[in-house]
Parts: sequence; structure tokens; C-alpha cells
Amino acid sequence: MDFDPNLIARLQFAFTVSFHIVFPAFSIGISAYVATLLLIWAKTGADRFHRLARFWTKIFAVSFAMGVVSGIVLSYQFGTNWSRYSEVVGNVVAPLIGYEVLTAFFLEATFLGIMLFGWDRVPAWLHVLSACIVATGTAISGFWILSANSWMHTPAGFEVRDGVAYPLDWLQIIFNPSFPYRFAHMMTAAYLTTAVVVLSVGCRYLLANRFGEDARTMVRMAVGMIAIVAPLQLIIGDQHGLNTLHHQPAKVAAMEGHWNGDEPVALSLFAIPNPEAERNDYDIALPRVSGLILTHEWDGRIKGLRDFPRDQRPPVLPVFFAFRIMVAIGMLLIATGLAGAWLWWRGTLWETRWYLKAASYVWPLGFIAILSGWVVTEVGRQPWVAWGILRTADAMSPVSTGSLVISLTLFVLVYCCVFSVGVYYINRLINRGPDPAIIAPPRGGAANRPLSAAQDATRGAIAGGPEPAAG
Amino acid sequence: MEWYLPLAWGWIIAAAVAMYVILDGFDLGIGILFPFAKDEHERDQMMNTVAPFWDGNETWLVLGGGGLWVAFPKAYAIVMPALYLPVIVMLLALIFRGVSFEFRWVAKPNKSVWNITFAGGSILAAFCQGLILGGLIQGIDVQTQPNIGPQFAGGAFDWATPFSLLCGVGVVLGYALLGATWLNMKTDEEVARRSRRQAPALLAAVLVAMGLVSLWTPLAIDRIWDRWFSLPNFLFLWPIPLIALGVAYLVWRGLENGREIGPFFGSIVLFLLGFLGLAISTFPYLVPPHITFWDAAAAPASQIFAGIGVAIMFPIIIGYTVLVYWLFRGKVRAGEGYH
Repeated sequence: MDFDPNLIARLQFAFTVSFHIVFPAFSIGISAYVATLLLIWAKTGADRFHRLARFWTKIFAVSFAMGVVSGIVLSYQFGTNWSRYSEVVGNVVAPLIGYEVLTAFFLEATFLGIMLFGWDRVPAWLHVLSACIVATGTAISGFWILSANSWMHTPAGFEVRDGVAYPLDWLQIIFNPSFPYRFAHMMTAAYLTTAVVVLSVGCRYLLANRFGEDARTMVRMAVGMIAIVAPLQLIIGDQHGLNTLHHQPAKVAAMEGHWNGDEPVALSLFAIPNPEAERNDYDIALPRVSGLILTHEWDGRIKGLRDFPRDQRPPVLPVFFAFRIMVAIGMLLIATGLAGAWLWWRGTLWETRWYLKAASYVWPLGFIAILSGWVVTEVGRQPWVAWGILRTADAMSPVSTGSLVISLTLFVLVYCCVFSVGVYYINRLINRGPDPAIIAPPRGGAANRPLSAAQDATRGAIAGGPEPAAG
Repeated sequence: MEWYLPLAWGWIIAAAVAMYVILDGFDLGIGILFPFAKDEHERDQMMNTVAPFWDGNETWLVLGGGGLWVAFPKAYAIVMPALYLPVIVMLLALIFRGVSFEFRWVAKPNKSVWNITFAGGSILAAFCQGLILGGLIQGIDVQTQPNIGPQFAGGAFDWATPFSLLCGVGVVLGYALLGATWLNMKTDEEVARRSRRQAPALLAAVLVAMGLVSLWTPLAIDRIWDRWFSLPNFLFLWPIPLIALGVAYLVWRGLENGREIGPFFGSIVLFLLGFLGLAISTFPYLVPPHITFWDAAAAPASQIFAGIGVAIMFPIIIGYTVLVYWLFRGKVRAGEGYH
């Protein structure tokens, strides 16, 4: 059999990184949610916030573990599969990853121990603080990794000598032109995705008449979050698109399925781009609308794919379709948020079963949108791995095709088995729901308590025993 | 500057690897000793001693790999392809073992699958780390390619030699020793008693493995023979193996006398001495036998920028790591847990 080693290496990276991104995105969101719940609990003392925080922390633990182990793989894969990439851009990109490890990974991983196991062992304030630190750590991690990724799209602050990139100005490197947009877009996506999951879980409970008070709290928080953040994401995404148009016009042309730069840009609702014939088949399009969005002019023009030599065009089909999936989901989530907010405001949210039912199924949408968005931006960057510096085809390691095939097979087998079990367990935790037997510890003033897990465990057992399971 | 920087970074990477080997060493060791536990309660107790720490411990591995890329991209770009299969298998093994920590609790009461993955993943990861160590020490086939400089030029199984297999077994035994002395310190009753019985046997096995590696490397590689047995080097270096033997004796005595803290830290010192010995053998090569620390160094601007981060963050990281170990100090008693 004849495999193209570059294609296998790319498939492997696409596979491992796609699996990975789902978990950190979720972890960024849930850690922030848990921290929020604990802060509200610390302020109000309402038990349900503590109960919910404990519940979501369990799910966070499983998701975080999967994020960690799949992330370690990536930090080594740059070297195993993409050693030329590591060498050519290492001087610039590697220190950003180094800072991610130093400022975020250790912070998250260490305080995670307190967050997961310190409920009854450390004073309440320290536990709440740890949850906040973990949430901050995940955001710092996002900062560095998106900075590194953005630099690959819009490199700045460097020079190339003998084919190797050397840093000139670290501020320009870190805050490269596409970074602020990408960072805002991805972090918002992570928080939005999690809010959507929380909404679905809450609605699932409400439909089953379980955990009434807790479920309503989740739904209210999620609906509020989605109603604000989903429209905001549309604006951020639009700005990100304009930034991409400026720096990577070929990517935008692929996103729009726009071939001829002499024509105004139509908003293609559906089409099958035909790279051989350089046109779209079965095109259903609103004329001029995309041009209006992208240039804010009725007669706006952007470069079409034909304006780029064939060897500098990204693969059009994946970019084109993934972009449509992402935008469609974005619109759906805006509708979900606004409809929920409207019903809430009218006071009929809990009785509107069609809404609860529909909302209980939306949980995967955020993840699909995130994956689609990454396909748009990463495939859209092709044929470059670092835009204008190194082509993907030249970035590989000198390893045998056999090694690549073996490792790809192992990754597919292991990931499919381990991570599907992980998702199954998350689902199982969700089915179990918040534990009504858990009593929140006294807030504040606990700093002098002797640190004894056993004592608290006994207290929890006594207090939880006779109480009827609520909900 | 261009002379000191790579050296400073050599120390940073060495520190990260040493931290990793010690910290993840004992928690991988728990996994290696998992099959010897009698029942689920004992396994719960064993796992609970490391549950709050394992994530932080494993982060040192990311710093080791990431740091190598940051400071020595050319070495990273040669070592990773050369040790491709052991690295990939190690990562997969770490996946199985890492998720076992969480999955095992959620899977209650059907934990058996995740007991196997935890033990198997730990053993395999440790073994692969030994293969990587052995593969590096015995040398990597590097050739200079036109326009792009030195590249890995060997085959997919170059690392697979009797020597690297010996290193693999040695690392498994060494981690098990760290795990046993950790359990001796952090648990009570049956688990502690068993680890006290296991530790001396493991100690003896580790000494044998270290002795074999110490004999094998100078006999097989002239460069290492010259390093240790030429004058005046020998005059300075001869105490190192003797100190190692002395430490091993103290560990053994400590275990005999029912000490808890001493044997664990003694085992760590033993590890560090082994690490020092290997470093002495291979210096100044980062990728023996061709690429030195200076050959592989990143641009000075990159090493300085990342070095500033290390200088600021290392003390902070050590600080909160100590905090967490202190918060979860004391023994995990039978039947008691954090979950």
C-alpha cells in the first residue's frame, strides 16, 4: 500500500488535536461556572449553589483529566511528527508554549488537587479561592496557546535567517495581529458551549421532574448567559472575519466560496464548490450580501480564489462547509438564548415544555461549532503551517511511514475507546445529578477548624442519612 | 552569554526532569505496585495517597518536553523522531493511567477495568521512559542534511537494544521503590506493612540495575570510559558510586528500623545520584554522540525570554506545590478517602 506520509501525519494531528480541544474548551467553561457558583454561594450562603458547584466539579474532574492526558500528547507530537516545524519556528513559538506550562499548567494542576479533594479538608475561603485560581489558570492557558496559534496565522515580530525564524520583538509576537480576535472568539466559544451544556442538563432534569430548585437555577443562569454571549459571539466572529480578510484573504475567499474577484461577493447559503472548474455548483446565494458584510459597501469587492495561484489556495470544500456549520449553529444558539430569555421574562419558561424539550437536545452544538471553527481557520491556513514561513509539506519529521501508520492506528483505537468511555461516564454523572445529601459547610470563619476529613465525612453521613432525597 | 545560556538551560531541563522523575516516579510506582494489593479498599487507599498530586506531578513531564523544545529545538527535533515509538506508547500509556484516576471513582462498583489500566498504564509508561533514557544514552544516528542541518537518520527501531530494555526494567523497579517507600510513609496497616516488605527487595533490584548500567555504559562506549576512568576525572568521581551504596544502606537500615520519612527521601537521593552519574557520562552531549548543548541551543533571545519566565515562575510553582503537599499531609488511613 502506498500512503502519503504527509497526509497521515496531518490526519494524526487533526485527529488528536480535535479530540483534545473539546475537553479544554469544556474545562475552561465549567471551571469558570464552578468558580461563579462558589462565589455566589460565598456571598449568599444559598445551599443550592454549593450543591451545584460540587456536582459540576465532578464532571469537571473527568473532563479535565481527559484534557490533560490528550494535551500532553500534543506537546510531544510537535517533535515526533513535525520536527522541521519545531526547528523552523521553535525559537518563536516554543517559548509561548513554555510560558503556558509555567504560568497555567502548574497552576491549574496543583490547585485542582485542592478543588477536587479539599471540600472538607481546607477552609471554605481557600477552597473557593482554589476554584477561582483553576478557572483563571484555564484562561491563562488559553491566552498562550491562542497566541502561539495566532502567530502561525499572522506571524509578526520576527525575521527569517537561513530558513529559521528568529524573534525580534516579543510583544509583537505575543500580540500578533489575529491574536486578540482569536482569543476573544475562542474563549467566548468555550463559555458559550458550557452554558449550552448546563442549559441542556437543567432542562433534562426539569422534564423529568428532578432536582427542581437546582435545575431551575441552572436553566436561569444558562439562559441569561446564552442570551448575552451568543449575540456577542456573532459580533466578535464578524470582527475576527474582517481581520482574517486583511491578513489571509485566501481563507476568506474559501469560506465564502468566492472565485471571481471581479464580482461582488454573494452570500452563498448552499453550494458545492468545484475546485477543478473554479466555480460553485448548485449555488443558492444572496447576491452582494457577503460583500456588504465584509467591506460594509454595497459594491464591495474582495479577492477571489482565482486571484491566488493554485498552490496557494486552501482546500475549499472543508473550509466552506465548516464555516456554514459554525455560523448556522451560532444563529441557532442566538435563537435559543433569546427565546429562553423571552419566556423567562414572560414568566412561562417552566411551563413551556416544547422549549425545555428542544433545549435539552442542544448540548452538542457548541462543541460542533468549535470544531467547525477550527477546521475553518486551520484548513484555511493551508498550504502553510506557519503562514508565509513554512509549508505543511515541508514541516514533517524524518520518520518512516510505518511508524506514522502504527501511531495513527493506536491513537484512533485508544482515543475512541478511552474518550467515549469518558463521555459515557460524564453522562452517567449527569444522570445521577447533584447529591441532595451534601450539606454545605459553614461559610467563612472556618479557617481555624481542625483539618479533618474523617470528622466531616461523619457529619455528612449523619446529616445526610435521615433526610429524604429531595427533588 | 552564548556560552552560559545553554548551560543554564541545561540545568533547568535537568531540574525539570529530576522533579518529574521524583514526583511522578512515586505515583507511577503506586500504579506499578497496584497488582499486589489485596482488595479494593487497599487500592483505594493507595490511590488516595497520590490523587490530589498526580496532575501537578505529571505537568513536569510537559515542562521537560516543552522545555527541551524551548531551549534546544534542534535536540527536540532529533530526539522525538528517533525515539518515536517509545514516546508515543508512553503517551498512550499515560492516557490510560491518567483517566483511571477519575474513571475508577465514577465506575464504582465496577472498578476492575480501571485497576488494570492504572497498573498497566503505569508499568508501560515507566518502561517506555526507561527505553527513552537508554535510547538516548546509547546514542542517536544523526546526519547533516544539505540546507537544513543535522537530522535524525536512523531507523524506527534503533532504540530497541538489550541496553535500553535493561534501562526500561531499571526505571520500572526504581519507580516501584519510590512508590513503596511513599506508601510506607503515607499509609498505615496492611498497605504500609506490605510496602515495607516490598521495599528492601526492590532496593536490591534497583542496585543491581544501577550497577549493570554503570558497568555497561563505560565498557560499551569509549567516551564514557574516558570520562570516568581517565585522570584526573577518576580522582573526583570515584566517591559517587560509594555514596550511592552508602545511601542505599541507609535506606535499608531505615526500613529495618521502621522509619517512614527517611527511606522515601533516601530513595530520592539514590535516584538523583543515578541521574548525576548519567549526566556526567553524557555531558556535554545533549544528543550523544554528536549534538552538544551549544549545538542544539535556541536563539539567545528565545532562551533569555523563556528563562525570565522560569526565574519568576519556578519559585512560585515550588511554593504552591509545597502548599498542596502540606495541605494533604499526614497518612491516608485505611477506609478513609477524599472522595
